[in-house]
Amino acid sequence: MIKDIAMIGKKSTVIDPTRNLRQRKLTQNIAFTFIWLAGLLAVAALLFIIYYVIKNGMQVIDLEFLTTRPAGGVSGKGGISTTIVTTIYLVILTITIAAPLGIGTAIYMVEYTSDLSGKKGFLGWLVNTIRTSVEVLAGVPSIIFGLFGFAVFVSYLKLKFSLLSAGLSGACLVLPLIIRTTEEALLTVPKSYREGSLALGTTKWQMIFDVVLPSAIPGIITGIVLSVGRVIAETAIFWVTLGGSYRLPQNLLSSGRTMALHVYMLASETRAFEKALGTSAILIVVIIALNLAINISSRQFAKKFSGK
Amino acid sequence: MARELFEKKIKQIQDEILLLGSMVEQAALDSVTAFKNRDIESAKVVIEDDQNINDKRFAIENAILILLATQQPLAHDLRLLAAMLLVANELERMGDYAKGIANNTIRLGIVDLPIPYRDIEKMSELAVSMLHRSLSAFMKEDIKQAVAIPAEDDQVDELFNKCYRTIVSGMIANPATIDDASLLLWVVHNLERLADRVVNICERTVFIKSGEMLEMSGSDDEIDLEM
Amino acid sequence: MIENNTENGKIKISVSDFNLFYGKFQALDNITIDIPANRITSIIGPSGCGKSTFIRSFNRMNELIPSVHTEGKIFLDGRNIFDIDAVELRKQVGMVFQRPNPFPKTIFENIAFGPRAHGIRDHRILEEIVEKSLRQAVLWDEVKDSLTKSGLALSGGQQQRLCIARALAVEPEVILMDEPASALDPIATLKIEELIQQLKEKYTIVIVTHNMQQAARASDYTLFFNMAENRAGYLVESGKTTDIFTNPKNELTEQYISGRFG
Repeated sequence: MIKDIAMIGKKSTVIDPTRNLRQRKLTQNIAFTFIWLAGLLAVAALLFIIYYVIKNGMQVIDLEFLTTRPAGGVSGKGGISTTIVTTIYLVILTITIAAPLGIGTAIYMVEYTSDLSGKKGFLGWLVNTIRTSVEVLAGVPSIIFGLFGFAVFVSYLKLKFSLLSAGLSGACLVLPLIIRTTEEALLTVPKSYREGSLALGTTKWQMIFDVVLPSAIPGIITGIVLSVGRVIAETAIFWVTLGGSYRLPQNLLSSGRTMALHVYMLASETRAFEKALGTSAILIVVIIALNLAINISSRQFAKKFSGK
Repeated sequence: MARELFEKKIKQIQDEILLLGSMVEQAALDSVTAFKNRDIESAKVVIEDDQNINDKRFAIENAILILLATQQPLAHDLRLLAAMLLVANELERMGDYAKGIANNTIRLGIVDLPIPYRDIEKMSELAVSMLHRSLSAFMKEDIKQAVAIPAEDDQVDELFNKCYRTIVSGMIANPATIDDASLLLWVVHNLERLADRVVNICERTVFIKSGEMLEMSGSDDEIDLEM
Repeated sequence: MIENNTENGKIKISVSDFNLFYGKFQALDNITIDIPANRITSIIGPSGCGKSTFIRSFNRMNELIPSVHTEGKIFLDGRNIFDIDAVELRKQVGMVFQRPNPFPKTIFENIAFGPRAHGIRDHRILEEIVEKSLRQAVLWDEVKDSLTKSGLALSGGQQQRLCIARALAVEPEVILMDEPASALDPIATLKIEELIQQLKEKYTIVIVTHNMQQAARASDYTLFFNMAENRAGYLVESGKTTDIFTNPKNELTEQYISGRFG
C-alpha cells in the first residue's frame, strides 16, 4: 500500500497534453471560420433576394392591387385579388385530399406493420414497397406530377383544367412529404407510451388515437404546413392542371390562377415586371408569416404537453 | 472474486473469536490452578486479565455490527454473523465464571477445609477440553463434532453432583465452616455452568450450517436436584 | 413482529409447464409455479434470466413482439389467460414499468385515461375514480391542487406513483411491477415499497427486482430465476421470503443471495 502512495508524485504519462495543442486549435479555428462563412453567405443570399423583391415590388402594392382581379393584356392591368383566393382554395383542397391519405398511410406503416419490414410474405413486401416508393416520389420533380395530373385527371378523367385536377395532382405531390413527416413524428413517440396504454387494457386503435396521435401532432402539423408552403410555391404542376383563368373559381371544376402562376405569367407574357415583383413580395410575406405562425403555435403546443 | 473483502473481514472476526476462546481457556485453567495452590497473587492476575476478555468481546461485537450494517449479509452469512455475536457473548460469560473462581480463591484465603481438589481439577480439564473442541467445530462448521460434544456435559454434571455432596456433607459435619464452604459450592457451580455454555456454542454451530435451532442435551438447571 | 405462518391458501395465478420462445431462441424453460392472492411475490435473479419476460406473459404483453410464441398454460382465477381476449385480460392484470411513463397529458387526464377507454364518460364518476386512485397511490395530498398540471412535470418518484395510480384506476386484480423503483432515488424507493405493502390488501402484486434488499424488505414470497449456458431462464427455488433469505434450500440460491455470483 505504501508503495502505491509513493508513485503518485512521479509523472507517469506518455501523452503530453501540450504536444499538438496549438495545431489542433488552429485546425478548429479554420474549420469554424469556414462554417461561419458558409452560414453567413446563405443568409446573405436569402436576405438579398427578399430585399430586392420587396424593394422593387413595394411600389405597385396598394389596396387596389390587392382587391381587383387581373385584367389580362400585355400591360398586365389589374390586381391579384382572384389569385389570392384561388391559392387559398387550392391549398385547402390539396390538404383535404392529401392529409388523411398521408397520415393514414404513415399510421399504417408505423403502427401496424413496423415490425414486419424484415419479414417475408406479402405484408413485408408491401411495407417495403411503400417505403421505397415514398422515398422515390419525394425526389420527383413537380412537373412530372403535373404531366401525370394532366394525363390522368385533366384528359382521361375529363376533369379538364380545374381546381379538382390541380388539387388531386398537388395531393400526389405533397403526399410523400406528409407521409414522411408523419412517420417521423409517430416514430418519435416513445414506445413506452404505447406500452403504457396497452397495459391499461385499451385497444390498439384507442392507443393510436388517444395517445400516439396527440403526441405526434406537432410533427404532423409541421408536415402539413410544409406541404402548404409547397403548394403556394409551385408553378409547373399547376400550370398544366389548373389552367390560367384569372376569373374567380365558381366550383371545383373551375379553372383559376394561383399567385405563383400569376407571377410567372406576368413575367413571361406581359411587360408588367414590377407587378410580378409585387406579387412575389406578397408571396414572400405570406410564406414568412406562415412559418412564423407554425413556429409559434408548435412551441405553444409543445409547452402545453411537456409540462412547465 | 466475489466479496473478497467481505470474506476477509469474516475471517478476521473468526480469528478474533478463536483468540478470545483461548484467552478464556487460559483464564479457566489459571483460575483453577490458583484455587488449587491457594495462590492469591495469581488469582488477582486472573481477575485483572478478565478486562482484556471483556474488551475483546466488545471489539468483536462492534466488528460484527459494522459488517451487518455495511454488507447486508443474507442466508448463511447472516446466520454465521449472528452466531458469532452469541458465541462471543457466551465466551465472555465463561470468562466471568473464571473470574468468579478467582474471586472466591481470594475470599477463601488460607482457610482449612476439605476440598475435592481432584474432582474440581477434572471438571475444569474436561470443560476446557470441551470448549476447545467446540470452538474448532464452530470454525469448521463441523456438525458431527458439534453434536458429539454435549454428551460430555453429562460427565461434568456427574462430577458436579459428586463435589456438591462432598461439600454439603462437610458443611453438615462442621457447621462452622458453612460460610466458607458455600464459596466452594460457587466454584464448582461456575465450572458446571461453563460446560453448559459450551453446549450452547455447539447448538449455534448446528444452526449456522443447517439453519435449525436445536436444543441439545442437558438442562440448564443451576443445581441438579437429583441427589 | 412475527409473521403469521398460516396461509390463506388462495392462488391467483397458476403457471403450468410454461415455455417461451423468441423465434428459435428459448427464453423460459418449463416454469411451473403458483402465485398466491393478496400477497407480494418478488422475482429475483441475474440479468437476462427472463424475469421480465415471465411477468409480461401474465398480461400477454409479450405478444406485441411478433416472433414470440409460447407453450404451456397460465391460469388467472382458474381461467386460461390465452382463452380470454388480451384487451380484457389487461384490464384485470395491470402493469407498472421500470421507467415511469406518464402520458404527455394532465395528471387528471393520465388517470382518467384508462376508465375513459373502458367507457366511463360521466365526469363526476371520473373525478371520484381519480381521487380514489391518487389516494391509494399516496399521491393525492401532493397533487390535489394541481390536477391540471402536466404529468411530466412531477418528480421521478411522483411520476411512478402517478403510473401506479393510473394502473389502479382501471380496477385490476393483479398488479405487475417490473423493477418499479430502479430508476428512483432511495427515498422515493422506500415510499413505493410502503405503498406496495398497503396495496396488497386489495391486490395481488408480482414485482421483479434486481435489488435483493428490496425483495427481502418488501415481499412475502420470492421466486429465484436463473439461466445457464445451455438452458433458458428457469425457476430455481421459490418460497417464503423469510425462508429464502435466511435459509435457502438450493445452493445456487444461497450463492446468488450472498452475492457470490450474478
